[in-house]
Amino acid sequence: MNALQEKYTKDIEAVLEKYPEDRKRSAVMPLLYIAQREGGFVTKQDMADIGEIIGITSTEVASIVGFYTLYHDEQAGKYRIQVCTDMPCALRGAEEFLENLCGNLGIQVGETTEDGLVTIEEVKCLAGCDKAPMFQVQSETEIAYHEDQTVESTMELIENWRKEEK
Amino acid sequence: MAGKQKVVGHHILLRHRDIPDIGKLEVYREQGGFETFEKAVTKMQSQELKDLVHNSGLRGRGGAGFPTGLKWKFVDDNNWPHYLVVNADESEPGTFKDREIMEKNPFQFFEGIMISAFAIGANEIYIYCRGEFWQLAHELDKHIEKLKKAGLLGEKLFGTDYALNIYTHLGAGAYICGEETALLESLEGNLGQPRLRPPFPPAVGLYGKPTVVNNVETLANVALIVEKGADWYRSFGTEESAGTKVFSLSGRVKKPGNYELPFGTTYRELIYEYGGGIIDDRQVKGIMSAGASSRVIIATDEALDTPMAYETVPALGADLGSASVIILDETVDMKWLVNKTIDFFKHESCGKCTPCREGNFWMLNLTRRIASGEGSSEDVELLHDVASNIKGKCFCALGEFSTEAVVSSIERFPEDFKV
Repeated sequence: MNALQEKYTKDIEAVLEKYPEDRKRSAVMPLLYIAQREGGFVTKQDMADIGEIIGITSTEVASIVGFYTLYHDEQAGKYRIQVCTDMPCALRGAEEFLENLCGNLGIQVGETTEDGLVTIEEVKCLAGCDKAPMFQVQSETEIAYHEDQTVESTMELIENWRKEEK
Repeated sequence: MAGKQKVVGHHILLRHRDIPDIGKLEVYREQGGFETFEKAVTKMQSQELKDLVHNSGLRGRGGAGFPTGLKWKFVDDNNWPHYLVVNADESEPGTFKDREIMEKNPFQFFEGIMISAFAIGANEIYIYCRGEFWQLAHELDKHIEKLKKAGLLGEKLFGTDYALNIYTHLGAGAYICGEETALLESLEGNLGQPRLRPPFPPAVGLYGKPTVVNNVETLANVALIVEKGADWYRSFGTEESAGTKVFSLSGRVKKPGNYELPFGTTYRELIYEYGGGIIDDRQVKGIMSAGASSRVIIATDEALDTPMAYETVPALGADLGSASVIILDETVDMKWLVNKTIDFFKHESCGKCTPCREGNFWMLNLTRRIASGEGSSEDVELLHDVASNIKGKCFCALGEFSTEAVVSSIERFPEDFKV
């Protein structure tokens, strides 16, 4: 058993049960989500461990990490606020929202607040076009939607996270 | 519309708007839920179900509009096992209907996929949810446990030899995985890149086995079609577009949202009667009928009065597609619009086919320059030329889709591109 398996034995077993015995490679995506539960990103060791579990090389695992936007190979803030600025959201003020939110936080898109709590990212359509401005928050534990947002409501959300940290 | 029923106050798909607690299993069962599934498994034959769905006129709601029953009939009965894969990778900009169906009326969705699996002889269903639907997928997992406890999933259902299991699989942020063969690649643990077809999935699909890939909304229709019959279903909609459709309305309207309406409803009704009209009562300039992949329709009176159906929208030089209707008002600059759509497609191109990968890269260089006001008339001509050279040269439709807004905007709204 490698480190990842030791840490998440039951969860990994449950994932592998979903796919046919000889098709373990299908588990690569759910296993990457499990690996991201610690730190919010996938380490090189995680990639090697996942490769070992399903019988592919860590390079192949890395190619999957690189292909999909919700996997990360670098640490960012504890909460990644991923704002949709795709065309339908932009038609309802998403670009101004993002700009003002960044202004309020004193950071640019792609940057993290000094306390390491929040990273602001700009993403493509999240299927919430009728409730723009909207974003999702990706953290170690989940991906959660926040819709019909204003800069004020978002700053309040961030303030609540800051209080939780104290 | 003459002689056709209007669906007012009773939805076929968005039934939670009529029966608020239908998202609970006990309430869904009080409404007769899962009786049709039991009837199908215990009293009906696969062929009978395929014929019924075929005769209902149900067409794929993911965008292509392919007849669902016909797709089921293509499943190769000389090669087993069979799989049903549900396409819940809803990612087209402007589309947010499948999410509402699965969140608010989940058990009708489940009953639909379960009957469909039985019809095609599948014992396993994979629901491929886009990764952003993380919370939703976890809810679906809880529902699956409830269905197992209720004896509706598992081995020897209703005392027959039929066994059925459902698994969710989360994507991780890639529009291309909504394309059915890319979705299968992704589900197999590979990069989400499309396969060359033929063979099509009903012949060679998941793990090389016959597979039906259907959209969420498509399958959410199935339980009621089997319960009430093909003629009932055909009493809604138009000749070639049976039933109702969930129109996702977004952009510059006062009341964006999902509206379930019979096919044949006009754009004017959708925008003004349901959507409350245009923000600040401005003029409507253009309509994108199928999300960011649409050619842009000039919003003339004739266009506004066109019925929304698979057979009628093409007269406007566009397609019904997934019916994600994005409304552009008179203040929208088409230079800005094409820059936004190309920014999306450049990001989402999977990189497999050179015309799409390189073409979108170069188109984005051009649209950025043009949108910033620094483009020349040669840039606009070049953009049109690059787009025209992507068309028809890629494995999947994404390459094609990326050119639709560009070409149609330059041709139909030339004044916006004058230097």
